[in-house]
Amino acid sequence: MTTSLTPRAATVPRRGARPGTGRRLSRRLLALVFVLPALALYAAFVLVPAGQTFYLSFFSWDGITQAIPVGFENYLEVVTNPLLLRSITNAMVLIVYFAVIPIAAGLLIVALAGRRQIRGMGFFRAIIFLPQVLPMVAIGIIWRWMYEPDGLVNQALQGAGLAELTRAWLGDPDWALIAVGLVGTWALTGLCMTLFFAGMYKIDTELYDAVSLDGGGRYRQFLSVTLPGLSREIRVALTLTIIAALASFDLVYVTTNGSPANLTVVPGLLVYRLAFNSGQIGAASALAVVLMALVLLVLLLAGRLGSKARD
Amino acid sequence: MASRAVTIGFRDTGRYLLLSLFALAVLVPFASIVTSSFNPPFSLIKGLQAPDPFTFESYINVWTTASFGRLLLTSLTVAAGVVPLAAVVSILAGFAIAHLQVFAGKFLLGLFVFGLVLPAELTIIPLYFNMRSVGLTDTMLGVILAETAAFVPFGVYWMHASFAGFPRELIEAARVDGASNFTILFRILLPLSRPSIVTMCVLFFMWSWNQFLLILILISSPANRTAPAALGFFVLAHTRDVAGLCAATILVILPILIVYLIFQRSFISGMLQGAVKA
Repeated sequence: MTTSLTPRAATVPRRGARPGTGRRLSRRLLALVFVLPALALYAAFVLVPAGQTFYLSFFSWDGITQAIPVGFENYLEVVTNPLLLRSITNAMVLIVYFAVIPIAAGLLIVALAGRRQIRGMGFFRAIIFLPQVLPMVAIGIIWRWMYEPDGLVNQALQGAGLAELTRAWLGDPDWALIAVGLVGTWALTGLCMTLFFAGMYKIDTELYDAVSLDGGGRYRQFLSVTLPGLSREIRVALTLTIIAALASFDLVYVTTNGSPANLTVVPGLLVYRLAFNSGQIGAASALAVVLMALVLLVLLLAGRLGSKARD
Repeated sequence: MASRAVTIGFRDTGRYLLLSLFALAVLVPFASIVTSSFNPPFSLIKGLQAPDPFTFESYINVWTTASFGRLLLTSLTVAAGVVPLAAVVSILAGFAIAHLQVFAGKFLLGLFVFGLVLPAELTIIPLYFNMRSVGLTDTMLGVILAETAAFVPFGVYWMHASFAGFPRELIEAARVDGASNFTILFRILLPLSRPSIVTMCVLFFMWSWNQFLLILILISSPANRTAPAALGFFVLAHTRDVAGLCAATILVILPILIVYLIFQRSFISGMLQGAVKA
């Protein structure tokens, strides 16, 4: 990208016979023709609607009658309405289960497993990575069954002699959100592990030798070599998992659909409900804008964190 | 020497144990739906037990009465539209930005990369009303266009990174030899970029197959739904038929599972590289 302008000019005179400027012009024209289809699709179905959502967030509109401009009222609604506010705090709680625990678990496993390649790693990696490629709807249904009163979770608890702990996990007010969060933990730990394993093999072996020459054990090696060496991967993992936590619509829709008593609502679910079930398009749009702001904020923070870890 | 060998052996055992434990944690939930799915419809079952009696009845049931056979075909049709369309427009735009000095190329690339982080929730509301006003709701074309547009930011970013990775001298040398832009793209860059293109197409297929929210909003008649979207409705309507639900889930994940087994390396490297580079 950065060097695209200079070398091209040098080649033009070599073509001698043809007028250089005309050729460059036709190349630019062709470039425009090539970019246009992608840009048109992206603009028509993503950028313009995104702008419209922003615009709609300043109106009160039921989708049928005349829209009424209401200023920032919808945003006020987002931060004052207990239900909308809960969807945002729930998203924050999900970040713990989707991002913090998988990253910590991934780092722990990488530290324990060490950096020596073992046979059959590809096999294990294929299995551990599997949840990443499946539809979240299917994962949600699998876990819905796991959490049923007759499901495997309760069956395992009974088998372990902990029958008094069994319950309908997704229907329990104290456990429903945690149960949904743990599905995220199950689905995303493999992603973090795979990322960290790939990153660790890129770390220079000599750095480890240097630490052991200084008398440092595996703990010191992990803290002073592995962890800084993985700063880039940790930042990527943070970004991906937090975006997954904030975009948990599919999972929540099929597991709890917000129940019990709206305790497990997330922003995506309320955007959908407000816009398409109860005709509060302005409020839905404002919530969507707040969700995007959260995503951008998180990306910014993750970027900061990553660059700090590298220093 | 001998003691060192022993400790290494022990450590490897520990590694295998650790990884096996994790692999097991991933696989056990699947074991539960597989065993459950071979029970008769509406039978009372426990999380993990041998099917009694063992039968394909639940599969036959969801394939015929819940018409998952047709739903899977709809999913395949949508993917068959999205993957080539998204791939072609991404390749063209990636090439133009990387090697054709497109106007404001850097800005355009940034604009596409911006699309990588936009949550779908931000676009779906106006998308529905816009689509409805041009008669594209409840049509396969509408879904294909919306999905393609959602995947194009990644595609352009990915193909640009791939094309820009080739030495500039290679392109210049070809130009000096009189190669046209078409020759450069089709004879030089595309054959060399095959692995990246395969990876991109595999990811497009996966995203299209797994798409739920867009279908939920754009498609109103059950007959036009894709399989995962239908599964989302099926679960709400058939909470008591665990065996049927498990069979339907397996039918929906089987195609993507097969693609994953074939292109496993593309999947993992693509998803990790795509994320790391961005």
